[in-house]
Formats: sequence, C-alpha cells, structure tokens
Amino acid sequence: MSHAYTFKVNGQLRTVQVDDPEMPLLYALRDDLGLRGPRFGCGLGQCGACTVHVDGFAVRSCSVPVSKVAGQSVTTLEGLGSPEKPHPIQQAFIDEQAAQCGYCINGMIMQAKALLDRNRHPSEQDIRDALALNLCRCGTHARIIRAVQRAAAAMA
Amino acid sequence: MTTAFASRRTFLKAAGSLVVAFSWLPDAARAAFVPPKRLATDTVDGFIEIRPDNTVTLYSGKVDLGTGVRTALTQIVAEELDVPLSAIAVVQGDTLTTPDQGPTFGSLSIQKGGMQIRQACATARAALVSRAAARFQVPQESVATREGRCWHGQDSVTYAALVEKEGLVLATDPKAKPKAPRDHTVVGRPVPRLDIPAKVTGRFEYMQDFRLPGMLHARVVRPAGVHAQLLAVDDHAARQLPGFVATVREGNFLAVVAQTEWGAIRASQAIRPTWSHWEGLPEQDHLWDYVRGTAVSKSEDVQSRGNPEAVLKEQPKALSATYDFAIHTHGSIGPSCAVASWENGQVTCWSASQQTHLLRHQLAQMLKLAPDQVRCIYLEGSGCYGRNGHEDAAADAVLVARAVRQPVRVQWMRADEHGWDPKGPPTLLDFHGALGADGHVAAWRSEAFIPERPAKIGVTLLAADLADMPHDAAHPGNIHQGLAMPYEVPHVRATIHSLAHTPFRASWIRAPGRMQNTFANESFLDELAHAAGRDPLEFRLAHLKDPRGRECLERVAKLSGWTPRVSPAAETGDVVRGRGVSYTKYELVRTYVAIVAEVEVNRRTGQVRVTHCHVAHDCGQIINPDGLKNQIEGNVIQTVSRTLHERVTFDRSRVTSLDWKTYPILTFPEAPQVSMDLIDRPDEAPWGAGEPTAAVVPSAIANAVHDATGVRLRSVPLTPEKVLQAIRKTT
Repeated sequence: MSHAYTFKVNGQLRTVQVDDPEMPLLYALRDDLGLRGPRFGCGLGQCGACTVHVDGFAVRSCSVPVSKVAGQSVTTLEGLGSPEKPHPIQQAFIDEQAAQCGYCINGMIMQAKALLDRNRHPSEQDIRDALALNLCRCGTHARIIRAVQRAAAAMA
Repeated sequence: MTTAFASRRTFLKAAGSLVVAFSWLPDAARAAFVPPKRLATDTVDGFIEIRPDNTVTLYSGKVDLGTGVRTALTQIVAEELDVPLSAIAVVQGDTLTTPDQGPTFGSLSIQKGGMQIRQACATARAALVSRAAARFQVPQESVATREGRCWHGQDSVTYAALVEKEGLVLATDPKAKPKAPRDHTVVGRPVPRLDIPAKVTGRFEYMQDFRLPGMLHARVVRPAGVHAQLLAVDDHAARQLPGFVATVREGNFLAVVAQTEWGAIRASQAIRPTWSHWEGLPEQDHLWDYVRGTAVSKSEDVQSRGNPEAVLKEQPKALSATYDFAIHTHGSIGPSCAVASWENGQVTCWSASQQTHLLRHQLAQMLKLAPDQVRCIYLEGSGCYGRNGHEDAAADAVLVARAVRQPVRVQWMRADEHGWDPKGPPTLLDFHGALGADGHVAAWRSEAFIPERPAKIGVTLLAADLADMPHDAAHPGNIHQGLAMPYEVPHVRATIHSLAHTPFRASWIRAPGRMQNTFANESFLDELAHAAGRDPLEFRLAHLKDPRGRECLERVAKLSGWTPRVSPAAETGDVVRGRGVSYTKYELVRTYVAIVAEVEVNRRTGQVRVTHCHVAHDCGQIINPDGLKNQIEGNVIQTVSRTLHERVTFDRSRVTSLDWKTYPILTFPEAPQVSMDLIDRPDEAPWGAGEPTAAVVPSAIANAVHDATGVRLRSVPLTPEKVLQAIRKTT
C-alpha cells in the first residue's frame, strides 16, 4: 500500500509516496527528492553523515521514519547555501579547506549549524563536544574545528 | 603583498568557475560515445587534449581519493602548459580514455603519475612553441606561452588554433625540459581544492549519488561464516514486499534486487538463507599463537650487512622484544557502492576503485570476457585509504546486473563494509639488538611474520570468490616495506617470513606494512636508547648521517621544544605526561618524516590521550603546501585512531566488529593538535605524502607512553587494558 507524506524541504512543500511508513527519511531525501547533502554512512545513527535539521533540530535522517516528519520542516545541506552563494558556515569550510574526501562534511556542517544556532560564541571544547558523535575517517578534525571557529566569528 | 592578494583572488575565481566544469564531468563520463584516443603513458595525447574552445582536458589514470590529487595534478598541467586552472578539466580513471598509470596507492600519484603528466605537458608546450614560431616566422626562443596562447610580442595564437590541423599526437619526449622551479607560479602555491565548494554544499556527485535511468537497487546478503556454504534460500517473505524484483544466487553469492533502495534493504532483511556451519577462524584470544604457528612459505632478507647473529651471541646484555599490530579495517565513512550495466555484451561499471584498469582486468577474468568488453569509470567515493570494498561492490554490481539485465546499483550496508572489506593483516615482529662498547647499536636483528605476496598485485574480488568464478590470488600489498631500517648500524639483518595463510582476505591500508614495521623498528630503537641511557632523539641522530634525515629530526626537536633527557619523565600523580619521537625515510628511498608525539596517560584508568603531534616533513618539491598540510594532519589523526582504538574482533565464524560501536574510531574530543614544519626543496623531485607520516605515528605514541609511565607497550592498539596490565606488571 502506498502512503503519501507532505513536509517542507528547504522551504518548499514536498510530497513523497512510499510503500513503508517506516522508511527512514534519508531515503526519501536522497532517492525520492534527489538531494545529495545527507549521506548514507551507517544507517544506525552512529556516524552523523546523514544529519539534517527537522524543525531546527539536528537529527539523524537514517534513523527517523519518513512518516514522523509529515507536516514538519526539513533543512538539508542544500538548504543552507550553494557553491555560488554559500552559507557562512559553508564558506568557513571552504576558507579553511576543511575536507578531504568530504563524505562526512554534511554532518559536520549541519551539526555545527545546530550548535551555532544556540551558542554564538562556542569555545573549542564546546565545538569538540558538539561534534563528538560525528565521525570523520580522513582525520580532518583539526580543520573542521577551525572552520566552525571561523564561522562563529563570521556570524557573531 | 599586492601580488599575493591578486593571485589568491585569481585562484578563488578559478576554483569557483571550475565548480561549473566539475558538475558536468560525471555527465561526460556517462556519455557512451568517446572518440578513440591513445592510452599509452609515454604519449602526450594519452594525457592531454586541447579542445577547440582552447580548454584542456587531462586524462589521468591516477584518481583523487579525497586527498586533493586532482587539484595538484591540475596545478602541474596549468604550470607546464601555461593555461589557467579554470581552463582545465580532469577525466579520472576511465579505462576507455585514461592511461593505465597503475593503482592510486603508495603515495605515488604525484611522484610517478604527476611526473608522467608533467613530462607530457613539457613536450606539448615545446611542440606548441615550435609550431607558433613557424607560424610567426621567428626563432622559438622569442615565443612565450601565457594563458593558453603562444605569444610573439603583441601577436598571439591560441593553442587550439595550433592543434586544429595536426592535433597533438606526439610521443612524450623524455628530454623535454619542464619549467625551472624558480619560474613556477602555480606549483608550490596553496591553490584551494577544486572539489571542496561542491562538497560542502551538496552539489558534488559521489559514487553513492550516481543514478542511471531504469536502474534497480540491490543489496548483498553475506554468509554467516567467512567460508560457509549457501545450502538453501527461502525468499518467500521477500517476494511479498512491494517493488521486489529478484533474488540473485551464484554459488555462495546472494543478493536481492528491488525497484527502490529501501525495498532492497527490506528484502535483504526478509530473506532467509540457510548457511552451513563454518568455524575456520582462529580464536581471537590466541591470534598471535596462530600467526606464530602458521607455516612459512618463504623467508627473505630485506636488509643484510655484517653478522648480527655472531655479535648478538657474544652479548650477554642483548635486548629482545616481540611486537604485534592488530587487524584493521579501512573504516570508510561511506560504505562501498557501485553501478553496473550490461548492454549488447558490453559491461560498464562505475566504481570508486583506486585502480579501474586492474578492476577491469579482474572483472573480465571473473566473467570470462575480453578486457575490451568491460569499461570501468571512476567516480569519487568515500575515502578508502587503500583497497577497501569499492572493487568488491563493483563485482557485486556486474554479477547482479548480468542476472537481471538492467542497470543495478549495489550499496553496501555498514556491516558489509566492516565485516567484508579486505583487512589490514595481523603483523607479528621479533627483534634482537645489542649495544657496543661505545654505547651505539652494534647489532640489529628483526623478523616480520606477514602474509605472503603472490606475483601479481590485486585483491581477490569477493563476489568471484563466493560465486567460485575465476580470480587471482589475494595480495596483501607490499607489506614487506619499512622493515629495513634507516640507521648506521654495522651488523643488521631484517627478514620477512611470508606466511602461507592469514585469517582474513588481506589488502593494503594506508602505509601498509610500513606502519607496522616502523612501529616495531622505532619502538625497538627507543628500547635500545633507554638501555644505553641516552636521550632518544639524540640517540637517533648519533646513528644517522643522511643530512636530510638529520634536518628532519633537528627541526622536529625545535618545533616541539624538545629538551634532551633520558626516558621516562618520572612524573607523579594519576595523569602523567610524556613525549616520544619517531623517524623514517619512507622505504629508504623517499620522503623523510620525523614526529614528536605528546601524550597524557591516566595511570588509574589506563587511558592514553595524544594531546599534540609535531611533524617535520621533507617530500622534496611541494606541489601544494596546503594540500600537503591537510594530508599530514589526516595521516596523524587517522593513525592516532588506529593506534589507540582499532582492532577487528571476530569469533570462529566471522567478524563481530560490524559497526562503529564495536569498532570505535577517534572522536572530536580526542583529536590531537597537529603542528608542522614543511621542508620545501623546489629543486628536488616531488615525493609522496599520502602515507609516510602515518608510518611514524604508532611508535611515537608508544615511545611517549613509555616516557610517561616507564612501561613499554609492544602491542597496537594501546588499549586501557593493555596499559593497566603493563603498569601492574612493573609495580
């Protein structure tokens, strides 16, 4: 049986038709709506690569059923900015060259956005703690911390 | 200052416009029609095409694995051809159009691949100048190149016009002179990475994002034991799911196919395979007994001078130590993924393979096809750090696509990647050494027990193995490297004992063998320094004549504020601090690196924290200093993770560390500070930087833990249990 769910994605109302209400939001975003920001990393809520914002909170889209976000507002990495007009956090990641393979970076930026939304002046320890559940394998940690610091300064 | 500002702006502008170029590249790779072109590595046209719009396409066999190689290669082309960065597009790892430059591994992309490309560009530039001189009817010396044009005074002609009639079909001239380093304006500069703007905005197309029209989704279902047999399959429940397409079974290879990705995941959970009981793995708790008990198929000396055995026999105070290094997984954040299509007997496979030409050979072998019936196209995936599961996913995809006659995307789940990527093999090392009357090392004897290396490099494709299709023997990579040590010692023998078996399919993971062997070498040297009552950094200098190596050690001493003293530091309290040094000359023939690690050890919990790493690095000519820094930071932080935390766990049947909870990696609160001193030698050859720093990290940490606590840890990872056990032993 097909189910339809309507929610806002990056400011626009979107409807997805799915077979299974338990399908994680991640697959709706990637496969049905063609977004590339949120990434499949573990499907277990352990790595953070799939992070999006739902009504302003950072959530792991691999672990949230699509049916649960009906009527809510989802923001993905694409919703922050573009290469032509990057968000200050994205610009900070470009300025610090804070990516290697970049596969985890979606989660880093979305998690950092959630941090900076509630704490405009985070300490280095605040940043490390906020990103504690986001995994990076390339070892870009030092640059990512500097990028979040730079973004905080730019947005202050 | 003005120049620097202007050039940075130009670079940013260039990077911005290249994003546009980048977004169409995968589309270009998707196109079925490609005009025939040469693929030889000793031809200009193998690598370089000047297009009618005066842009340049670089066909690179070396691929960007997320390390910035694409940007560095673009810099090399821009420099040698005198074209703007924004006018260069790069096609990477397409077996139909890019030369086979060998796998992208071993820190060789710039050193070997980049130099082939540089030479091709130097040849092209000379030819363009010669043609322009003929056209202007002036001597070649009076023709200059700039912005994709040849100039004589105010007159200019585009490269495109110069190749319009004759093309650029040339053999690379080994004597063509690349630009003098002092004339470089692009190479040696921190050009921003071309891929980062797209990666931080969700615009970048990774392998995992690639889609074809009519494409189906598949998931593989792995055996319950590594070599368990598939006895029966009940797919009744899976067939009831909406969008279910097929169950694909080839021997012990099992996959499910569905219209949607989630449909494929649900089908993989609903299917009920029956596997035979298989318990052929060793007991994890007795892994090192197992390794020591494995038959040796061949022993070879990788370094030999003097007679260390005779000297050791005469030394009553000779030191002996055994080191071990755990089995590691690559741990890519994005599990492996591939897309394959079959059309008219032609296979096309999109893969994040670091070696598309080798993959093509392996796929053709497996399917009993001619190589020209298979085309592999590289798309960047999640960082792989060696031969992870990318190629295996590719084999899965072609096998499933063959069965269902439609394009298929195979995405591995987390447990597939952790459980079934080929592993960094367990490494066991024995050392004996003795000091002479002068307090220097008189004799050094090292032996490594590692999996054998078949003649051909390449890791067995998992699907070929499971489906019992033709495949090459498994090769773990050149893991014998790094055992030969860089110091002036009169009597040395270093021996590789190749083992006939290893528990898991083995492959290379960043600094393969070099990391394990250097861990033991540099730990043992520290043990000898301690026995000699010498400062470990001075002890290394006392055994080193190579001026570039000495400079690295001297500069890392300065960078870290090293004050000579004998270890341990003898701090008191629960949390004690220490510092450790390590050094290598990579494979004894290239990049020099010295490191100082600073640690805190909690004597009550056994927890080790690496607080700061200082690196002095000499890889000859630096192509992109910021890219180099990014690589060194990555090497350090990733290897701190491997050293402190990482160990594949298993029962008698299979891997049990199948997620990030059971195979934890370093987190943000634990990440160390990294300081660097980059030694640039513009007139020297550019050597690799993707691995060498990783090789020295584990030993520096173990040496620092010894400095902090007085106990010597000879087993990676340095877990709290091992630290506590070692502390208890000494108190």
